[in-house]
Amino acid sequence: MSKKTLFDKVWDSHVVSSIDNGPQILYIDKHLIHEVTSPQAFNELEDRGIPIFRPDQIVATADHNTPTLNQDQPIKDALSRNQLEQLSENCRKNNITLYELGHQYNGIVHVMAPELGVTQPGSTMVCGDSHTSTHGAFGAIAFGIGTSQVAQVFASQCLLLTKPKSLRVTVNGKLQHGVLPKDVILYIISKLGTNSGTGYFCEYAGNVFEEMSMEGRMTVCNMSIEMGARGGMIAPDETTFEYVKGRKFAPQGEDFDKKVDYWKTLPTDDGAQFDKEYHFEAEDIEPMVTYGTNPGMGIKISETIPVDENPSFKKSLAYMNFEAGESLINKPINFVFIGSCTNSRIEDFRVAADFIKGKKKADNVTAWLVPGSKQVEAQIIEEGLKVVFDEAGFELRQPGCSACLAMNDDKIPQGEYCVSTSNRNFEGRQGQGSRTILASPLVAAATAVEGKIIDITKHLN
Amino acid sequence: MEKFTTLKSTAIPLNIENVDTDQIIPARFLKATDKKGFGDNVFRDWRYNKDGSENSEFILNDSKYSGSILVAGDNFGCGSSREHAAWAIVGYGFKVVVSSFFADIFKGNALNNGLLPVQVSETFLSDLLSKIVSNPETEIDVNLEKQTISIVGSDTSEDFEIDAYKKTCMINGYDDIDYLINNKEQIEAFEAHKIY
Repeated sequence: MSKKTLFDKVWDSHVVSSIDNGPQILYIDKHLIHEVTSPQAFNELEDRGIPIFRPDQIVATADHNTPTLNQDQPIKDALSRNQLEQLSENCRKNNITLYELGHQYNGIVHVMAPELGVTQPGSTMVCGDSHTSTHGAFGAIAFGIGTSQVAQVFASQCLLLTKPKSLRVTVNGKLQHGVLPKDVILYIISKLGTNSGTGYFCEYAGNVFEEMSMEGRMTVCNMSIEMGARGGMIAPDETTFEYVKGRKFAPQGEDFDKKVDYWKTLPTDDGAQFDKEYHFEAEDIEPMVTYGTNPGMGIKISETIPVDENPSFKKSLAYMNFEAGESLINKPINFVFIGSCTNSRIEDFRVAADFIKGKKKADNVTAWLVPGSKQVEAQIIEEGLKVVFDEAGFELRQPGCSACLAMNDDKIPQGEYCVSTSNRNFEGRQGQGSRTILASPLVAAATAVEGKIIDITKHLN
Repeated sequence: MEKFTTLKSTAIPLNIENVDTDQIIPARFLKATDKKGFGDNVFRDWRYNKDGSENSEFILNDSKYSGSILVAGDNFGCGSSREHAAWAIVGYGFKVVVSSFFADIFKGNALNNGLLPVQVSETFLSDLLSKIVSNPETEIDVNLEKQTISIVGSDTSEDFEIDAYKKTCMINGYDDIDYLINNKEQIEAFEAHKIY
């Protein structure tokens, strides 16, 4: 029998049929939706008189456009309010489960779905959001789609797709103290570039990922799209099964055991071939920061900004107001954001709290902590982390996508730098004229305490 | 979906690499619940200054250039999956985007909206950009049937690739929903016999 990759196994088991010399019909197990990329798809189906084919395989949440303060009060911005109302109305009309603003399960789509056990190994998942790659951490094929495709899945629970090529990134060795999953993925993207994965689905392998928690694996897979890959995957193992077990939508009892037996057959066969492979050593990775306007423009915190004569590179540095050859250490920073579907899970806040405990936020810094979900928010309070944050002068807000894309009021002002745990440092991403420096929750917390970027490796015991 | 077969037009040269979907349509304009009006805000923060006045340095505001073909630098459309980016480009009046590389999701979104992404070699792209800049009246001929792109009145021409199924859809104005719905029986049969 031919050797198969994890990706092959999951993909092949979901192919309904193939068009000669064309795409395949791929069956989608779970469809996640939110307020921004679904309304036009609902309209499309309604206009064409097509019913939603499998409403019970859709889960909805409100996240992109929601305020992170006073969620119990009506939303002030009329357009945002309308978008949320339409989502509620569309879900009600079509019998779709919705965790709307204020619900105990509400949260960022890529935080709440894994948390509820909607995300399961060996399944296919889509959402009108490019960071759907997050769910690949469970050994699922999960990827972002456009609104036309949202409508296609509504209509048929399937998509027409050409099978992507396969890519494997292996990282072995021992990570240094202070190096978090975010640093690992920022390092990989800085080495491979933002389009190295385009046309590919990526598997992350090696002991570094095997030893990571599910939260860490989600952070890594989340940013696969930032190197162009439609999705990233990590082989399911005991860590995965343990995480899924007992969650609301996870299989229960005997069903769960049967599923685990199946999930154990999914890891890539020894000797299976990938179209492209990369290898990195864990020891080479340091805490990372970005200096430019795409996530591939990253350096180790102790390095200096490279020199490059490419006009797009220079345009990017000019936007950031950085000089080639300079270090980011000691750069004064006025805004820090810990949140987003990349880093807003409980572990991220534990890391931050652990560093912050007993310290104070610098006076010049506005520090927003935005949990990924209501459940994460509750856990922050339950574990006593909120007390740590309050005492240090950090502001714990309510869940949502928030300043990652600044669709709501959480915007970084023109010209200001923000050290952010989110996933994109594009021009104006966090507000018009804002300048984003991507980093781990640890580097973000340290920046907030010091009021400037520091070499975190020199400050750890 | 609008049909596409051939197009002859002048072009607008956007010589910037890694144009991401946040530049094409910033997130604050994603609050609409229909597909209309996004063209007004395409490349909003490059087109307009903070005070709302036009940025005269941005290529779309340079009256020398016009046409329904956008010629852009490498890795066009990276970032978010927002189809609003394709709606914005189509809404502004473009029918073709040329680049040496497209991000996956953007490419799919474009094809689903009758906007043809034409991927060319880096040499062809840089040749094309310099010809347009030196003569904004340069006409470009895009032929989907033959899968060729050429500069009118010169021998500069290149073949481009497109998935055969998507080509048929573009030429006939079909979309994937019709195809999928016609296969519903097969999909139901698949559901009844899932192996996972």
